[in-house]
Amino acid sequence: MALEQTIKYEAERDRDFARWVMDQSGGDNLRHCIQCGICSATCPLSLYMDYTPRRLINLAREGFKQEVLSSFTIWLCASCYACRVECPKKIQVTDIMYALKRRAIQDGVYPRRFPIPVLAREFGRMIFLFGRVSETLLVIDLFLRTSWFKFLSMTGLGMDLLRTGRMSFLPERIQRRAELRQVLDALDAEEKKEASR
Amino acid sequence: MRYLYFPGCSLKGTGRAYEESLLAVFGALGVELQEIDDWNCCGATAYMSVDETKSYALAGRNLALAEREDLDVIAPCSACYLVLNKTQKGLAEHPELHRKVVKALKAGGLDYKGTVRVRHPLDVLVNDVGLDKIAALIKNPMKGHRFATYYGCQIVRPYATFDDQDDPMTMEKLLKAAGAECVSYPLKTRCCGGSLTGTLPEVGLRLAYILIKEAKKRGAEAIVTVCPLCQFNLDGTQGQIAKKYERVDLPIVYFTQILGLAMGISASELGLTRGIIPAQAVLAGR
Repeated sequence: MALEQTIKYEAERDRDFARWVMDQSGGDNLRHCIQCGICSATCPLSLYMDYTPRRLINLAREGFKQEVLSSFTIWLCASCYACRVECPKKIQVTDIMYALKRRAIQDGVYPRRFPIPVLAREFGRMIFLFGRVSETLLVIDLFLRTSWFKFLSMTGLGMDLLRTGRMSFLPERIQRRAELRQVLDALDAEEKKEASR
Repeated sequence: MRYLYFPGCSLKGTGRAYEESLLAVFGALGVELQEIDDWNCCGATAYMSVDETKSYALAGRNLALAEREDLDVIAPCSACYLVLNKTQKGLAEHPELHRKVVKALKAGGLDYKGTVRVRHPLDVLVNDVGLDKIAALIKNPMKGHRFATYYGCQIVRPYATFDDQDDPMTMEKLLKAAGAECVSYPLKTRCCGGSLTGTLPEVGLRLAYILIKEAKKRGAEAIVTVCPLCQFNLDGTQGQIAKKYERVDLPIVYFTQILGLAMGISASELGLTRGIIPAQAVLAGR
């Protein structure tokens, strides 16, 4: 039985990070967390996590940036909102997980060749190009970027989808792609203006 | 009766049986669905992890397009339904986000006011069309068929707009009107792990296995669902589940397919040939 525990030191805390988390949408009442553990109990994925949601919330609000951003926990959150609905303090755990995923992508600290952030990024790229997502193309793209082996093991499913007429290799696209691009470009311009301020 | 229709990407791809059966059933009920002109992807769960403001703007474009007509929007996909509702709430609650998104949409010639109502087909069928009208159109009741009703996560969470978030019953009402029986299925809102099956199969498979095994144990001949991702996940992973755990072979169908069958619409018109696990049990006796 392993009885070893990691000791956390005050000096490891990054208070700016803690403040940043509480500034994100959904993070405003993070300080009210009573560490009851309802989130971990309702989460269907907590048994796979390196930190349960309760522990992650505590690490985040205390400013343990490194542990939080490089954790598997944030990527395992499947956005099912069970924790958010049950939380007695109405903490928006799912939205905090989203904010942490964005920060991890921004800082480039997620586990190498870990497929979930790659999926998120490629999903966004496909929307930017076509306005819609073609599931078949997205999945092929994802496996080519992460693991060939897994791709081959999925070919049985691919054949099933082909047989039942549920697969299509032509990209779905919208007509007014320029209109969508203008909207997204306007947000990029705004962000640039803010950053230079 | 007329509504705007936001299909979303899945209903044009792996979930096309949902679209086929939805359009057939609404057509038979005399409810007109008008597809939103040039709709784009809602962003789903993935894009929120990349850029929050942009994901609100993506959904915002769809809402702005919908506002051009004075009609409620029907969003059958759980992810679309949640994202569109979440965007309206998020923009109403965060003035700074609202300002940015409205300004960006203006740059694309779009006007967002936040006035559209985004509805789920379950809600529309039970609360607008009404069970009486549906019951009157049942020609071939699903007598003796037993189903597990599975709602998944994002229909009732976090916003329980038309049903209870722990024990929703809307689907049971519809299936009962169609003459079917529903087994007690307490896992009805537990996450199926759909967004993880492609990326972390060892985790996703277990979640899916628990759901189909439990439904089978409780005597259901099929799981009836409302979400294209749940259907894809629970149907498409059974080959891998058979290798890793055991063979369960439980058909996963949409509530619109069962309703359609009971209304006398043909199985092929309802996309019932598109299941990877064949829906023979469901079709028995018709």
